[in-house]
Amino acid sequence: MSAAPETVERQEQLQGIGCSRKRKEDPRFIQGKGLYVDDVKLPGMLCGEVVRSPFAHAKIVSINKEKALALPGVHAVITAEDLKPLGLHWMPTLAGDTQAVLADEKVCFQMQEVAMVIADDRYIAADGAELVEVEYEQLPALVDPHKAMDANAPIIREDLVGKDEAGQGKRTHNNHIFTWDVGDKDATDRAFEKAEVTVREEILNPRVHPSPMETCGCVASFDKVNGSLTVHITSQAPHIVRTVVTLLSGIPESKVRIISPDIGGGFGNKVGVYPGYVCAIVSSIVLGRPVKWIESRIDNLSSTAFARDYHGVGELAADKDGRITALRFHALADHGAFNAHAQPTKWPAGLFSICTGSYDIPVAYARVDGVYTNKAPGGVAYRCSFRVTEAVYLIERMIDVLAQKLDIDKAEIRRRNFIRADQFPYQSALGWEYDSGNYAPALEKVLEACDYEGLRKEQAEKRARGELMGIGLCTFTEIVGAGPSKACDVLGVGMFDSCEIRVHPTGSAIARMGTITQGQGHETTYAQIIATELGLSSDDIQIEEGDTDTAPYGLGTYGSRSTPVGGAATAMAARTIRAKAQKIAAHLLEVSPEDVEWDVDRFHVKGNPDAAKTMKEVAWAAYNNVPEGMEMGLESVNYYDPPNFTYPFGIYLCVVDIDRHTGETSVRRFYALDDCGTRINPMIIDGQIHGGLNEAFAVAMGQLISFDEDGNLQGNTLMDYFIPTFVETPHWETDYTVTPSPHHPLGAKGVAESPHVGGIPCFSNAVVDAFAHKGVTHIDMPHTAFNVWKTIHELGLDS
Amino acid sequence: MAKTQVSFNLNGQDVDVLVEARELLIHVLREQLQLTGSHIGCETSHCGACTVDVNGQSIKSCTMLAVQAQGATVMTVEGLAAGGELHPLQQAFMDEHGLQCGFCTPGMLMRGYRFLQENPNPSEEEIRSGMAGNLCRCTGYQNIIKSIQTAAAALNANTGSQAE
Repeated sequence: MSAAPETVERQEQLQGIGCSRKRKEDPRFIQGKGLYVDDVKLPGMLCGEVVRSPFAHAKIVSINKEKALALPGVHAVITAEDLKPLGLHWMPTLAGDTQAVLADEKVCFQMQEVAMVIADDRYIAADGAELVEVEYEQLPALVDPHKAMDANAPIIREDLVGKDEAGQGKRTHNNHIFTWDVGDKDATDRAFEKAEVTVREEILNPRVHPSPMETCGCVASFDKVNGSLTVHITSQAPHIVRTVVTLLSGIPESKVRIISPDIGGGFGNKVGVYPGYVCAIVSSIVLGRPVKWIESRIDNLSSTAFARDYHGVGELAADKDGRITALRFHALADHGAFNAHAQPTKWPAGLFSICTGSYDIPVAYARVDGVYTNKAPGGVAYRCSFRVTEAVYLIERMIDVLAQKLDIDKAEIRRRNFIRADQFPYQSALGWEYDSGNYAPALEKVLEACDYEGLRKEQAEKRARGELMGIGLCTFTEIVGAGPSKACDVLGVGMFDSCEIRVHPTGSAIARMGTITQGQGHETTYAQIIATELGLSSDDIQIEEGDTDTAPYGLGTYGSRSTPVGGAATAMAARTIRAKAQKIAAHLLEVSPEDVEWDVDRFHVKGNPDAAKTMKEVAWAAYNNVPEGMEMGLESVNYYDPPNFTYPFGIYLCVVDIDRHTGETSVRRFYALDDCGTRINPMIIDGQIHGGLNEAFAVAMGQLISFDEDGNLQGNTLMDYFIPTFVETPHWETDYTVTPSPHHPLGAKGVAESPHVGGIPCFSNAVVDAFAHKGVTHIDMPHTAFNVWKTIHELGLDS
Repeated sequence: MAKTQVSFNLNGQDVDVLVEARELLIHVLREQLQLTGSHIGCETSHCGACTVDVNGQSIKSCTMLAVQAQGATVMTVEGLAAGGELHPLQQAFMDEHGLQCGFCTPGMLMRGYRFLQENPNPSEEEIRSGMAGNLCRCTGYQNIIKSIQTAAAALNANTGSQAE
């Protein structure tokens, strides 16, 4: 029976879950009224500029500040020597390592922070930075991670010499950080020995950078009178920043206020704590004035948070029908000069063990070795859950390699290996419990929508004519929503998240969250959840995030965790309020609570819809007429510790045409089907998918942070680093299925990172597929015209 | 450092500012004139977050000296809504979900504002090439293109009704 028109109308008025309502945050952004960190201007504020190393590896012989200090308007020049008495010249990283705040006796990567000049404005600060004289004695640089553990490799971290661990388990060489492995190695080796077919491929995820439009920065303001510190900061995790600031400075956490205002995109770049932040905070404490530090784009691309740099080896064993019998993956992880990745602390390789993908693989073994090199620190999750892009890239490339080896169609080999719908919840060989999935029908839906058979026929005809056309498939499973506190923590804090809701007497509400939006539309999405749960219009629900003085503690927004964890906390907090509201409504209706039932935006007496009290009426009563013995007010806070991760999946198809003379790849079609469980705002979901696909396109087709053999960065402006414009960017087609998560209160799984994770291998698979008939099984990213042309030329296809 | 007086018209108001010869227009707009809608994304004229309209042209204000604005007519995102009414482009960006984090949005709007005067009936191809100087990392551009198409239709409908 469908709902009565009157009920549907009331539902629609709420603009709750499932509707594409317009975003609540947009009015300020379209009028130039957003408040980003660089917009913050405080009385007496000074500006900091970082002096950076021109060398990748060098001893610091001397630093002369005199000329800089003599410049009118310069207030201070701070170096490691100044920070030493405070114990702040080194800081802990989220990965259990330590990182030099300002270079201590030596520099370990080009553009490393050596000093900070504090001056009246950004121009004088920049002049001052030019005047700081640093004398260096250059050392041999280590750039290639494959040479990091050679016997004669230069030692990068003198501070760790003689230490057999660097925060993440045993290490065996001065440049070795950790070895992490998972799975049954012996059983996997045995499966490979007796396999009918095996394939092996070396597969690189090159070093790239998330490069959000807004760079990193902060305004630190220490109030000497009452000993309190306020920091406006570009952070995806403001509460963790507050805890770190307290641990470093000794200022009580109650006197540290971290504010993440509007954030101009994060994509993993804004999770960590960077030296610039620490220097600005220390300067403000010492000088007693607010200090602003804002990265330039060059600083951003050079020093804060690269991603990937995973040098993988993938191996699959299978029977002759293409049924995978075992998986063995290894990755050499280049973490740069300090281990400052931003994974849950106990997971040095993040969630890389999701690398068995969407396939029912009986036995598997994965191992990652992390090493130091003379490059910027990081290894952050660039628009993905921790190391999930690297894992998915490996399995989605390898299944294509296996298909080619066996001459099985690339869709067919996936069908043969998919985890079946009746196997969920599914225990993977590497220890995960996939919550839900239904891959096979989703694949057929995409193949039909794109006329896959027709495309393969067209490709065969084109190949006969010497033309290059590629069809890429990617059928991925992500793992997001970190995470259960029994498995995940950051510096010992469990990875829950939180929501506090207050319903006001006249029936509007405010909710404060532990997460922080960076463009995902939290102010809209969370309001829609509350609207449906409480029967109040989402127009009347205000969402606040990012101010640690007002918001409940939460672990922030990254790894697609906001809807899986923060969204669950929102639903649970709202349900507590509704349970109390039910008692108040029953009291007003003079019946017992079990005799009323919920009806969109009101409670009515069972069997008598006219005897009703709306949530607005209940809200008013909550402040003047509650049942005897009940506390007044209508509010709740929930700290949600998820019982499991969520496992969104997607089926992507990409068609490319490659010019055999120039190597230019033209994306003819990109079709993305995503299943993120329950869909809260389809308009926002589509927007997230468009954006994620574009970032996947960027990584697959052009992004690369590269170095010469001396460790010099080869391109750190947007002139060299590829951000796709309107012109290169393909048109995106989106589609969906809905397989709710059984353990999430709303069935939602999170979506924003899937298109990046699934998009990258899909592009690569399409490019490689264009050459599959010539025996090509793999080509490393980025697939720039020049790189693709090299393949064409080597194969003699351009003649 | 010696300062120079610069006078220009900003969003319909005459303004006088004292600036150093080396100061960039974006810094003067944001820091002296308190108009923080225009943003700084790259400092090399690539991203377009700082796009403003100067004498009827789209200008990346991170690579224009403030002294070059002497006598000019300058418009920023703050001047786009007239008399409390949103400009059709602003409305269209909201209606078509043409923005996410909002950082590139003021520059996109200002480029779109000029572009639709240069080409009031653009095709998708023409929008892609006409807007190519402005970068966005969140939207994948698709909904920005829709926003500009929607705004073009609204502006053309307005012009049509005024002509009648």
